[in-house]
Amino acid sequence: MAQVVKSTKACTVNPLKMSQPIGGALAFMGMRGTMPLLHGSQGCTSFGLVLFVRHFREAIPLQTTAMSEVATVLGGFENVEQAVLNIVKKTNPELIGICSTGVTEVKGDDLKGFVRSIRQRHPELDGVALVQCSTPDFSGAFEDGWSKAVTAMIEELVPEALAASRDAKRVNVLPGCHLAPGDIDEMRDVIEAFGLEPTFLPDLSGSLDGHIPEDFTPTTLGGTGCEEARGMGLAGWTIAIGEQMRTPAEALERRSGVPYRLFERLTGLGACDEFMLFLSEISGQPVPRKYRRQRGQLVDAMLDGHFHIGGRRFAIGAEPDLLFALTSTLTEMGGLVASAVTTTTSPILAKLPCETVLLGDLEDLESGAADADILVTHSHGRQAAERLHLPHYRIGIPMFDTLGAAHLVTVGYRGTRDLIFAIGNMLMNRHHEPSPDDWRDAWPAASPVSPEPAKELVP
Amino acid sequence: MTTLNQTIQDVFNEPGCGKNQAKSEKERKKGCTKQLQPGGAAGGCAFDGAKIALQPITDVAHLVHGPIACEGNSWDNRGAKSSGSSLYRTGFTTDMTENDIVFGGEKHLFKAIREIVEKYAPPAVFVYQTCVPAMIGDDIDAVCKAAAAKFGTPCIPIQSPGFVGPKNLGNKLAGEAMLKHVIGTEEPEHTTPYDINIIGEYNLAGELWQVKPLLDELGIRILSCISGDAKYKEVAWSHRAKAAMMVCSKAMINVARKMEERYDIPFFEGSFYGIGDMSDSLREIARLLIERGADPELMDRTQAVIAREEARAWAAIEPYRERLTGKKVLLVTGGVKSWSVVAALQEAGMEIAGTSIKKSTKEDKEKIKKLMGDDAHMFDDLTPREMYRKLKTAEADIMLSGGRSQFVALKATMPWMDINQERHAAFAGYHGMVEMVKEIDRTLSNPVWQEVRRPAPWERAGAASWMDRAIDEDSLPATATGPTDQGREAA
Repeated sequence: MAQVVKSTKACTVNPLKMSQPIGGALAFMGMRGTMPLLHGSQGCTSFGLVLFVRHFREAIPLQTTAMSEVATVLGGFENVEQAVLNIVKKTNPELIGICSTGVTEVKGDDLKGFVRSIRQRHPELDGVALVQCSTPDFSGAFEDGWSKAVTAMIEELVPEALAASRDAKRVNVLPGCHLAPGDIDEMRDVIEAFGLEPTFLPDLSGSLDGHIPEDFTPTTLGGTGCEEARGMGLAGWTIAIGEQMRTPAEALERRSGVPYRLFERLTGLGACDEFMLFLSEISGQPVPRKYRRQRGQLVDAMLDGHFHIGGRRFAIGAEPDLLFALTSTLTEMGGLVASAVTTTTSPILAKLPCETVLLGDLEDLESGAADADILVTHSHGRQAAERLHLPHYRIGIPMFDTLGAAHLVTVGYRGTRDLIFAIGNMLMNRHHEPSPDDWRDAWPAASPVSPEPAKELVP
Repeated sequence: MTTLNQTIQDVFNEPGCGKNQAKSEKERKKGCTKQLQPGGAAGGCAFDGAKIALQPITDVAHLVHGPIACEGNSWDNRGAKSSGSSLYRTGFTTDMTENDIVFGGEKHLFKAIREIVEKYAPPAVFVYQTCVPAMIGDDIDAVCKAAAAKFGTPCIPIQSPGFVGPKNLGNKLAGEAMLKHVIGTEEPEHTTPYDINIIGEYNLAGELWQVKPLLDELGIRILSCISGDAKYKEVAWSHRAKAAMMVCSKAMINVARKMEERYDIPFFEGSFYGIGDMSDSLREIARLLIERGADPELMDRTQAVIAREEARAWAAIEPYRERLTGKKVLLVTGGVKSWSVVAALQEAGMEIAGTSIKKSTKEDKEKIKKLMGDDAHMFDDLTPREMYRKLKTAEADIMLSGGRSQFVALKATMPWMDINQERHAAFAGYHGMVEMVKEIDRTLSNPVWQEVRRPAPWERAGAASWMDRAIDEDSLPATATGPTDQGREAA
């Protein structure tokens, strides 16, 4: 049970957090034929674009309403309207996903009203889905933006009606933003192995998995189509992964009556067992042989890996759901959490297997990692790892100094097994060769008690 | 904001910029850039530009006053190298939240500056203004003044909220901040007749270090580089240089020109890209220094070094000539690089299939014409489809461009090489040009291109690939081609 502590620093040093609007934009990128649009000044879009290009190593569709100083003061309706018209003219999308930013939220632009007016003024746009969500930069974090965009898509696309008949074979899957395209592929394989037909909202595996496209596409290259999303009300179940997906899952249940089951994580033996059991129950199928074998492999990996992970101290910086999945899995193998830092509040933080979790930055992680054995965070942790001479396991967004970020798999029996191997190998390579002087005068001096830095408790 | 508006107008009136001078007064007032088109715009904002221009100053704490987007989404994303401090790579931001927006962020900013001074003791703190605090009226000039007085550390306000304009304007606003608050505030321990400033060089991938050894050999001292591998105090005493070189494009022309006006430092515009350009730049540096009182024998030594280095560079390029002769290069970049690398590519036997002039000035275009004989190979704007067509129909064998358009080539399984700022290889000076030719050869001769083009065994032999279909579509009448690729290009 962890207590959430908020850093009282006025200056954030080496941010761990990224902003809501680009979290929302990434969710829209998991939809087919989509152009995400940030309502703000062009830098808001350009920074997000560069970040995603570096992470996914793909062309990224992302547009801006290009708010100037004057437009910001006078209100941005014309800019949103023009942007939508230009995007439709140039790229002919199925969906335009609009996220607000800090600038337009401070001004108080009513994006919802804007979209309604655009609809009235431009009946020719009827075939294009317009989804908007409020994602100010100055509150929440990446994960919150993702959750809001998925909720907005459900509320805009899924019809508000109880289905006359449900197709028990169909399941909706709402993955959190901590799941890479590789994770989505893995889950699809698992779910289909039970004879079920999953619809992912959103589906980054179709759009950002690095395939060579069939044609030039200015919008997203794949993903879930609006039509498929509209049919989600007919599914038998909704599976939500990560606490961040509770809100969208509830929205979907409220609109269409599809019951949901939330899995807080899909990493770790017990978590995967629950998932398999659930799939087995709703499909009426036994767990396929393939996964029984994989479970055995995971158990063996845990046995082999615990020598290296047990007792080791982990400094982990990640968004709440990813942090929960990682700390839980590692502590189940005897790992210790030396320091846990996260970006935004979430009910899941209370369940972390450590005493405190800090809402802070990578400087906090670094100062808490003095006695850690390994640093686990996104690529921005590289400077800290270098200074601390620690191995650095990269996970989360952004991963710009490593290949294959999109294909990292950490869910399921196989994903957990590979995660254990990767981290275990890093720790194994750190093995210290003894030297004759290691134990000479090796008793520690009376360790000075360091004063606790001032921190404020989050209610 | 009045002062910011005045600064911006001042920048638009920059007399050193040829492009500005060609405009009427009314046009000038509108600014350097085309009005941004919502839904069709690409590129960074003024804050981005200001940060790019100043972040290479290595020992300064760069503090971004704004919500998390401005710094959190973008920090540590450039390859400017440092020979000393690495403080410039640390991301500092006030991470403004709702409370700051309601109550104002000035006190928060003041506290943030205090924390930085206490923890890191930098020689200066640069405070970058962004859109949100500019909207709510945070007066960063006043906060910086108060903080500087209180903590005894210079705090430099950089007025660069993103919505005032594009990246290029931000470069210039950063320069204005340096002129106003930094340059001329300290004195060097000593000066020599061989002191120069290099303005607009950011030491990306360590390129400054490909040039510096030659200057060292000639006894020329870089008093200050604005801003690659610079220290705060070097920028502060840059007004004591005898001459200046303005590198690459017009991004910092206002700094060069105003320093000439205020401190009588003559400057020239030059480039370290390309063998001939490198030599010209060295000669020009020597000439200006001699004009300002350096011993004229400097020129003889410079000529000797140039002769030696050129001979070495051409000799190093020679082995590649055979393999590269006849290879056609598509250059998609902007400004100076649209011509400065052409000579070296031609020398290595390559042909230029085309070069973009989107960001080039009139002078740049003249130079391209001179180098390539005519302007047939200049193009203003190239859609991804057109880029692809050129690669596919063998009008070009390789594309050299910035990271953003790389996927057009890569997805079409055509060779591509990065020559813009995100790259990791250093291409400046004599060594840099050899390096570039070597890299092109390495890229072109890689067997991977044959491998990736091999069709899957289950594909019908002779079937048209998607690539061929794309080209076929392209040759249909305009009405039938469907949507254009503007959006993709923006990506």
